[in-house]
Amino acid sequence: MSAISRRRFLAASAAGCAATTLAGSKNALAAGSFTGYPDGMGVLVDLTRCIGCRTCEAACNKEQHLAAPDKPFDDMSVHDEIHHGQKRRPDENAYTVVNRYESESSAKPVYRKIQCNHCAEPACLTSCFVNAYTKTHEGAVIYNGKVCVGCRNCMIACPFNIPGYSYSSAFNPLVKKCIFCYDTRLKEGLPPACVESCPQQVMTFGKRTDLIKIAKQRIKNNPEKYVDHLYGEREMGGTHWMYLAGVPFADAGFNVHLGNEPILNNVKDFLGTVPMVLAIWPALFTGFHLLATKGKDGHGHGEDDTHHIDGEGDK
Amino acid sequence: MKSLINAGVLPVHAHQGGPEKKTWTLIEKLLLGLTPGQYLGQALRNPFNWILGIIFAIGLPLMAYRFLFGLSVVTHSSNDYPWGLFLGFGLFCMVPLSASGFMLGTTVEIFGRHDFEPIERLALLNGLLGYFFAVVYLLVDLGQPWRLSYPMVVSFGPAAVLFLVAWHVATYLSVQIAEVSVAFFEWIGWLGGKRWVRRLTIGLTVSGIILSTLHQGALGALFLYSPGKVHPLWYSGAFQWIHFFVSSIPGGLCMVISVSTIVKYTMAWRCDDNFLDGLDRCTLGIAKGASMALITYFFIKMIGVAHDNEWGYLVTGWGYWFILEMFLGVVLPIFLFAYSIHNRIMWLVRATGFLTVFGVVLNRLNTALITFNWEIYQELPHIFEFIIAVTVFCIYIVVYRFILYRLPILYQWRDQPQEAVAKEAVSASASAPNAA
Repeated sequence: MSAISRRRFLAASAAGCAATTLAGSKNALAAGSFTGYPDGMGVLVDLTRCIGCRTCEAACNKEQHLAAPDKPFDDMSVHDEIHHGQKRRPDENAYTVVNRYESESSAKPVYRKIQCNHCAEPACLTSCFVNAYTKTHEGAVIYNGKVCVGCRNCMIACPFNIPGYSYSSAFNPLVKKCIFCYDTRLKEGLPPACVESCPQQVMTFGKRTDLIKIAKQRIKNNPEKYVDHLYGEREMGGTHWMYLAGVPFADAGFNVHLGNEPILNNVKDFLGTVPMVLAIWPALFTGFHLLATKGKDGHGHGEDDTHHIDGEGDK
Repeated sequence: MKSLINAGVLPVHAHQGGPEKKTWTLIEKLLLGLTPGQYLGQALRNPFNWILGIIFAIGLPLMAYRFLFGLSVVTHSSNDYPWGLFLGFGLFCMVPLSASGFMLGTTVEIFGRHDFEPIERLALLNGLLGYFFAVVYLLVDLGQPWRLSYPMVVSFGPAAVLFLVAWHVATYLSVQIAEVSVAFFEWIGWLGGKRWVRRLTIGLTVSGIILSTLHQGALGALFLYSPGKVHPLWYSGAFQWIHFFVSSIPGGLCMVISVSTIVKYTMAWRCDDNFLDGLDRCTLGIAKGASMALITYFFIKMIGVAHDNEWGYLVTGWGYWFILEMFLGVVLPIFLFAYSIHNRIMWLVRATGFLTVFGVVLNRLNTALITFNWEIYQELPHIFEFIIAVTVFCIYIVVYRFILYRLPILYQWRDQPQEAVAKEAVSASASAPNAA
């Protein structure tokens, strides 16, 4: 009687184990190809329409209550600014900037709007040791300044060099970046301030899945106008802000060497070794200790070394 | 100090001492058994203290300035170089140079090589202080240092490499405090505490190995977050953490060679014969260990270059810089160690120790700062950032020296307090009949 029930019990546990293992591996596969929340919103930026007027910068500044800039938003000389050989980048006072680029494949200059691309699997989020970042199901990557310690690992990790830091604040310095106008607009289903302000309809706000279809349609309808690539569809695991351009993306200042793997995949292998080291090292090194010292003379520290006494007991 | 010892003053090395064989009080122990006047006199006679004084006179106000007015007043506030000297040097260099604790702990306690015991405590202390000051550098660098404990108590990001570093450094600091506390308990005369910690030795040492493997590696793995930013020759997607872990071994070992050399020439009065007589032999043993680690490191670095097929980069400007780093910090030390160990040329062994430390520091600075953003631009740290980094390092030296002067690290504590001796005698006689 007891044997049967034990056998049944074993069979049941084996089935249970198999089921968990299978379910586990299935989840793991699914996690490897996560491309964002299905209903996540995004923005399609069509650079062929942008005239570099900086209206979006002004709208962002107002919406996010940022400090007034040194040069007013109608001053186009900022397009010529070079810092350390670089064009402008977003910082604590500007969550978005528009830069001008010259390209051999276009007679006219090309303008590019830069802001957080709201990755599907954000590097900032995966690098944060206090979980200050959240990828919301609406598609935004938001930040919780209340838990941020200020290690700035997210700035190291961001492949697009987006987050800025308010270094000048002594008592509450924070990471400053575009949050997709999450608190004031996206949460209510509204497009962000920059999108709404644009006089050229450069940006299209919508579900990311729909935007990909729209972008491909535009390329198909106008193959001579567009480069056949949607930047952000796959880069770094996919972003929720995506770009269409009329010149090669490298000419417009995009980093075209990023690859399609999210940053998380880079650190997965190392994180996987952690539990193995934790589990194997204790026995390995205690074993070395016993192999190296058992039965040898003159290795003890004297009376307070109780562990040697155990070894000597079973000689 | 030397002149005082020549005049017949003996520094405290036991619970009783002085002309009348009285028991030292804590204050007298802190003053090394000197009168306050004598103590102040020897401190003022030391020219090194005057140099430290000048550095502190400039650096400490600058540190206060940083905390009152924010990082922007002492750094370039760079969004492209979020980690400057404080982490690039303070965290990424101090931690590998502090691998000494677990290396010598393993040698003595795990492999039972008690002939390395004379230098074990110095290695443990070097580990403890290195980690502690890495955390001090971190506190200077963090935007909100008062939130240092947040990853432990307030908000968890367990999938982040830095989360692992934070937890492991914190845990390992506690382990090292326990390891060094043995010397402290001897010094204050609490043998119960010493005996209790001694009983945990194997456990502490094994946890030290685990935590060191993981967080030395994790510091390398942190750069896996910025694959395009670190120059490919200093970046290896597959082996970054192993490169950092393996290079920390010669780093930590050679730091012990370097510190023991400085101690031998500037603090000989504090060392006892056990330390000084065993030093050459221990140094040779440590240098042999460091050589093996360096050879291994050289090969895994080459495998890293081959694995990602980065040979082409070697003939660029950055490649020459890489070759120089590998030559000065790895290849040259391998040959110098081999030659000097074989011929027992102690000064050369010691000099090579310093060279290897330099090589490890150069590697970490190259990875974290110099080749970081290699495709964008290079940035020289702000002069104030540099001064504060030097100041923190000088505080490290002062604390290091303060402890070496007092705790039985370089010398063996000579006697035991009366009551403890009596108690041991009682317990010995009590257990004797049972054993019989």
